[in-house]
Amino acid sequence: MTTCRQTSPPKGVTGTLLSSDTTRASAVTAAPFGHALVAAAERNPRIVGLTADLGKYTDIHVFAERFPERFFQIGMAEQNLIGVAAGLARTGFIPFATTYCVFAARRAYDFIAIGAALGKANVKIIAGLPGLTTGYGGTHQGIEDLALMRSIPNLVVLDPCDATEIAQAVAAIADYDGPVYMRLLRGQVPVVLDPARYQFELGRAKRLREGADVALISTGLMTGRALEAAALLEMQGIQASVLHVSTLKPFDREAVLSLVGRVPKVVTAENHVITGGLASAVADAVTDASVPIRLKRIGIPDCFCESGSLPYLAERYHMQAEDIAAAAWELLE
Amino acid sequence: MVEERLDVMPVAALKARAKNLRRHVLRMAEVAGQGYVGQGLDIADLLAVLYFHEMRYDPNRLDWPDRDRFVLSIGHYSIGLYAALAEAGVFPLDELDTYGKDGSRLEMSGSEATPGFEITGGSLGHGLSQAVGMALGLRLDGRQARIFNLLSDGELQEGATWEAAMAGAHYRLDNLFCFIDCNSQQADGPPQQIMGIEPVQAKWKAFGWQAQRINGNDITAILAAIDTAKAAKGRPHAIVLDTVMGKGVPLFEQREKNHFIRVDAGEWAIARAQLEAGE
Repeated sequence: MTTCRQTSPPKGVTGTLLSSDTTRASAVTAAPFGHALVAAAERNPRIVGLTADLGKYTDIHVFAERFPERFFQIGMAEQNLIGVAAGLARTGFIPFATTYCVFAARRAYDFIAIGAALGKANVKIIAGLPGLTTGYGGTHQGIEDLALMRSIPNLVVLDPCDATEIAQAVAAIADYDGPVYMRLLRGQVPVVLDPARYQFELGRAKRLREGADVALISTGLMTGRALEAAALLEMQGIQASVLHVSTLKPFDREAVLSLVGRVPKVVTAENHVITGGLASAVADAVTDASVPIRLKRIGIPDCFCESGSLPYLAERYHMQAEDIAAAAWELLE
Repeated sequence: MVEERLDVMPVAALKARAKNLRRHVLRMAEVAGQGYVGQGLDIADLLAVLYFHEMRYDPNRLDWPDRDRFVLSIGHYSIGLYAALAEAGVFPLDELDTYGKDGSRLEMSGSEATPGFEITGGSLGHGLSQAVGMALGLRLDGRQARIFNLLSDGELQEGATWEAAMAGAHYRLDNLFCFIDCNSQQADGPPQQIMGIEPVQAKWKAFGWQAQRINGNDITAILAAIDTAKAAKGRPHAIVLDTVMGKGVPLFEQREKNHFIRVDAGEWAIARAQLEAGE
């Protein structure tokens, strides 16, 4: 298990405010959420957008510029953001409301649970700065939002991994009638998945790579790192499967069980605390099904994290591809 | 109601409706042996005016997109809304006898599972935000329908209420009418002792709303205030209602700490008799 305190010196500078971590990305797309929302809204006039003073920082400014009459700036008021979105949904609109994970989960939780989820209002909550994607510290790093959101009945919870999936997921959740919480990668977002080959399906995990030695199960941006880890392992003669779980709720138990039933050495990787998120969902599934596995969890430990550059934070909290590969090796030894 | 909207409905007829609502409230509370009877009684006059005079809606078509919407933020006032909805024919009067019972859709703190409820209130501070969203949505669709939101005085202590108040004024939602029931009782006592909320009318005015303050148990005053509000364009409307908990039943009006009234079995007959003896 990773620890909260270590003595390695700081490296680099605090991450740029407007971008995702593109350190190792071979290709990026700018503001995929904003452009996908515009595309969906061109097809569907019921789509509206809202933000709580984070339009430029959640990529919804692209939508606001294209559809100013369908965009509502709510100001710094996240409870009201969700409440207004729920009211719009109740008059037949499909509101996409953006803020950061921390403000949605911590400040507006009651409004998401009661205003949106209880009555299945058709509200889409798009939450930026998941996990360690900001150089700011505990105030801005959304480290426990998946645990909170997964425990709300009726709520669909997504953590897409890249620009390709964000674009597809936005179209899918616009068509889905019900409340959704989606984590957002913003700004220059890496392209990990080939848009010509990948097909997002709400509620379905996707096998991105086949290998019989170890199973890497990942969500969000950690899927890119899991694929890198699989490549590192392959160079060492180890074959790893990679199962990407972008829908945390409803959780695709069948996909997980069919993989770990054959490949019981499992590493989970998530950009979130290691309790209450992906690892917990996997543990629930195997426990309920009485499938014995060995599990290593890569993710944020039980602590508020430091400020720092994104590469520094990934190294500091053992969230790099190398850490995933090392966890796999521990299972294999 | 859409067919029955009677602009000239006499005040006497509305008073008779309000009395019916109070009868229903007592019926529910007596069967349940408890309940938010004080709130149900104090808000009957407003609900009579809204459901039997002002609001355009069809009890047989609750999802009519052009309906006026009553948004109940204070879930524990559901007893009053159940009375109005049953009186309007949304569900049978006999169903009132299930109030607060296991398996009933008339929960003690109501939810949108009940026909005629637009939202789930009760987690206080939610109603006005959703009302703002609905008012925006109706305007965006070019519909003439209006939103009538009910808050309580204690609910003004919730910060989210003021986030929503700011937004209502910012977006100039003149299709939004917010009633604030000031009955001077919240869970732990009178608001002025718990956390002062006055001056209520001035606060709404300062937030950019057209604001009035009236006797909320005076049907003539409620009618006049709504007319005044409708004439004001470009701003949302706040109507602060000074009401009496347990209105219409002196036994309850005089009871102390009556946020959640506990009534002895023998007192219901007295309450009913007092209601019938009143105006």
